Amino acid sequence: MSQQYPVLIVIVPLLSAFAISIAGWVNKRLCFPIIVTALGVAVYASVGLLLTVLEKGVVIYHLGGWPPPVGIAYYVDHLNGLVLVVVSLVALLNVIACKKSIELEFPDKAAPFYTLYILMVTGLLGIVVTGDAFNLYVLLEIAALTGYGLLAMGEERAPLSTLNYLYMGTIGACFYLLGVGYLYIVTGSLNMVDIARLLPPLYQSKAVLAAFIICMVGVWLKMAFFPLHAWLPNAYTHAPSAASSLIAPLVTKVMVYVMIRLILTVFTPEFAFATLALNNVVVWLAVIAIVMGAILALAERNLKKMLTFIIVAEVGYMVGGAWLGNRAGMTGAILHIVNDALMTLCVFLVVGNIVYKVKGYAFEDLQGLFRKMPFTMGAFVVGAMSIIGVPPTCGFFSKWYLILGALQAGHYGFVAALIFSSLVSVVLFFRIFEICYYEPFSDHHGHDHPPEPMDEAPLLMVVPLLIVAVILILVGLYTGDIVNHVIKFAIPEGLV
Amino acid sequence: MKIIGLIITIITGAFLVYAAVDFPAWADPNSPASTYLSPYFIENSMKDTSVPNFVTSLLADYRGFDTMFETTVIFTAGLVCFILLRISGGKEPETRHYRHVLTGVTVTLKEGRKIPASEDFERIDDLWTPPDLIIKTGCRLMIPFIQLFALYVIAHGHSSPGGGFQGGVILGASIILLAISHDLRTALERMREKVVAILCPVGVAIYAGTGTLCLLLGLNFLDYSALASVLHVDPISARSHGILMVEIGVGIAVMTTMIWIYNNISSAGKYNQGL
Amino acid sequence: MSELIPTIIAKYNYWIYITLMMIGLYAMIAKNNLVKKIVGMNIFQTAIILFYVSIGVKKGATIPISTGGHGAAHEVVHAADYLNPLPHVLMLTAIVVGVATLGVALALALRIYSRYNTLEEDEILAQIRKK
Repeated sequence: MSQQYPVLIVIVPLLSAFAISIAGWVNKRLCFPIIVTALGVAVYASVGLLLTVLEKGVVIYHLGGWPPPVGIAYYVDHLNGLVLVVVSLVALLNVIACKKSIELEFPDKAAPFYTLYILMVTGLLGIVVTGDAFNLYVLLEIAALTGYGLLAMGEERAPLSTLNYLYMGTIGACFYLLGVGYLYIVTGSLNMVDIARLLPPLYQSKAVLAAFIICMVGVWLKMAFFPLHAWLPNAYTHAPSAASSLIAPLVTKVMVYVMIRLILTVFTPEFAFATLALNNVVVWLAVIAIVMGAILALAERNLKKMLTFIIVAEVGYMVGGAWLGNRAGMTGAILHIVNDALMTLCVFLVVGNIVYKVKGYAFEDLQGLFRKMPFTMGAFVVGAMSIIGVPPTCGFFSKWYLILGALQAGHYGFVAALIFSSLVSVVLFFRIFEICYYEPFSDHHGHDHPPEPMDEAPLLMVVPLLIVAVILILVGLYTGDIVNHVIKFAIPEGLV
Repeated sequence: MKIIGLIITIITGAFLVYAAVDFPAWADPNSPASTYLSPYFIENSMKDTSVPNFVTSLLADYRGFDTMFETTVIFTAGLVCFILLRISGGKEPETRHYRHVLTGVTVTLKEGRKIPASEDFERIDDLWTPPDLIIKTGCRLMIPFIQLFALYVIAHGHSSPGGGFQGGVILGASIILLAISHDLRTALERMREKVVAILCPVGVAIYAGTGTLCLLLGLNFLDYSALASVLHVDPISARSHGILMVEIGVGIAVMTTMIWIYNNISSAGKYNQGL
Repeated sequence: MSELIPTIIAKYNYWIYITLMMIGLYAMIAKNNLVKKIVGMNIFQTAIILFYVSIGVKKGATIPISTGGHGAAHEVVHAADYLNPLPHVLMLTAIVVGVATLGVALALALRIYSRYNTLEEDEILAQIRKK
């Protein structure tokens, strides 16, 4: 069975989506056990796959029994093995943590919500595991369409911000499709490894250059890389909490993975970094992204929206790190995919718990939360420390590698942007801690008001959150192992 | 915004024109796209799958995995329209209109009022136009033939243009034609919402299930030659039969999704009256 | 100059697709009405479909269905006689994706209309700001 792991990761969630959809019309109580089982199998299979890759090297799976480039192949190496584990783990923890809020927000539409949820996870897992450029596009669209459905279920303004996301997302996906078409027209192939084999004689062709730039712009649109980020803050802020805590950690990170995959496997670093010499431009764009993300976050008076601008800044970290064009920068970017997925999950689950109990996420709603929800806020502190980059949380280590890479590349602007954004994060989060620490002003002056009793979110929401917080510290402590045993092999030898 | 749009458009367009200079000329038989992979499909389709339509064999077999997700995209679209628009509870609107068939008098009922159950009254839409005998009868006559043609298109996809997507759309169109020529309630009586909503995932599950069956029989996912032992045919015919199985699944999924999207969008999720 | 005109004519499919695509892109950026933007999006997607399908054309070739039919498994098939089937298959997928996106976009527009009673973006934003 273990040689079937690559396809099981995608097929089990897909089949369970249909089962959930049908169960919704028959017996709604079956939906949650099915989704948890399916995601559990996906986590098991992806961990098994990562261990196989660590032991035996690259795993290739021929779908339909056709060898590439005739058929579609799954191609799993250290890079996507690692990302698969993160995606499936985040999806599993999030669905358990969000069961209560899904049932509260959508009492009669829980089954279609779960179906869209697991289809989205299928799409994201499929994007990560595939080795075929066109197959990636189809799965990109599955992830996008389900995302529109999930995001638009939120507040009053959600449909409008989602429609804007739909326009931008469609342009992004179409640009990617067009780029694949350009590659197809010059090479005649759709398999990533095969394209990489056919490309070197064509490096001077304008069509290949155009294909690369179009693909990059498409992926940047999808990951909300500044200045193409305009859709993200509103779409994520107005979404239901269960959807935003799935989409915010995963979608942008998976898109960063796609970018790294295109650079490393399809176009190869020699073309992307040496032939084109676009590094400096992109890294400076990333610097602007980080600075602007931090400044815009500072201007917000609303916790969830502030976090979405932090995502914009974090995307800048990863794009900049990947485009530094050296080993340390790439290591930092890949490590940051893992770390950022986990820490974004952590803070968005906290927002979910707060919304569940307080029914709001503006700064005024947060007063006195340290007393009311001590466990949730404890996890929030860990997540915030990780975003700021305090050791031993994992955020520190990826920033360390990113700064190391920037120093090696001699790009001091990027170093300055990283430090600036860390300082801004300190301000952002300590401002919130302060608000949460003090009690709300009492209405009756002079009378001693009894402090509100502890009012923690249900156990089912708090336990997964605490697990995430522990994982954040564990990943930080074992960073050395992750880098030396996994990420080291994910980056081709040619990149120094 | 107009000027920004114009500038972005011109820059993008100029860039694409710049890149297109290096492309092979239109209809060039020696372009890489025509010489690298496509001869394999054309020359081996009959040997590998015994399907004369290369598009079908490529769609459902060589790249069948893409097509499975394509069907999933369709299912997703139907589900998203449902989750966004459907107003559950099925409440009746405040005022309902009935028409007395014999006299042509329209009766408007406020909420809670009932009408004696008799054959003489028929429920009509708010924006009601008198029934046109020619249109109603014409559509009633055409719908069976449209459906028959749809089944032909699905079944004959192996050797002529057609297949699950095309046939499924035609099948869905026949029900939508019923909804347009009569009204949404008539169409819903033929295809209830629950039937549509259950058949849609079943259709995609037929596709994915065929693939899983191949996996359980010991070969890779969607490797239809594994079906040979179940169907008692040689592996090449098994591929051909496997393609037919998934095309049927696709047809069901596409048909139901078309109806599902139409029902939700035309009635804005209320399911009481259509266009 | 004498070389330019044959080049332009030989690659006319690319110029048409670029023009169409830019019309769609312009509509998506500049138009104020949400449904007009959706129409622009559809033009944009269709332009890419046109681009792909035009790659598949070969001079002197026919549609990609074996003329021998079912009984002719051992007949030799010459690749040069048939169009390239791969772009057609890819575009079937892209068409389906386009339809699905269109359905979702219309559903969203319907939700927005039922809430704000207009589809003009500036009027909707004015309503939001007023609150």
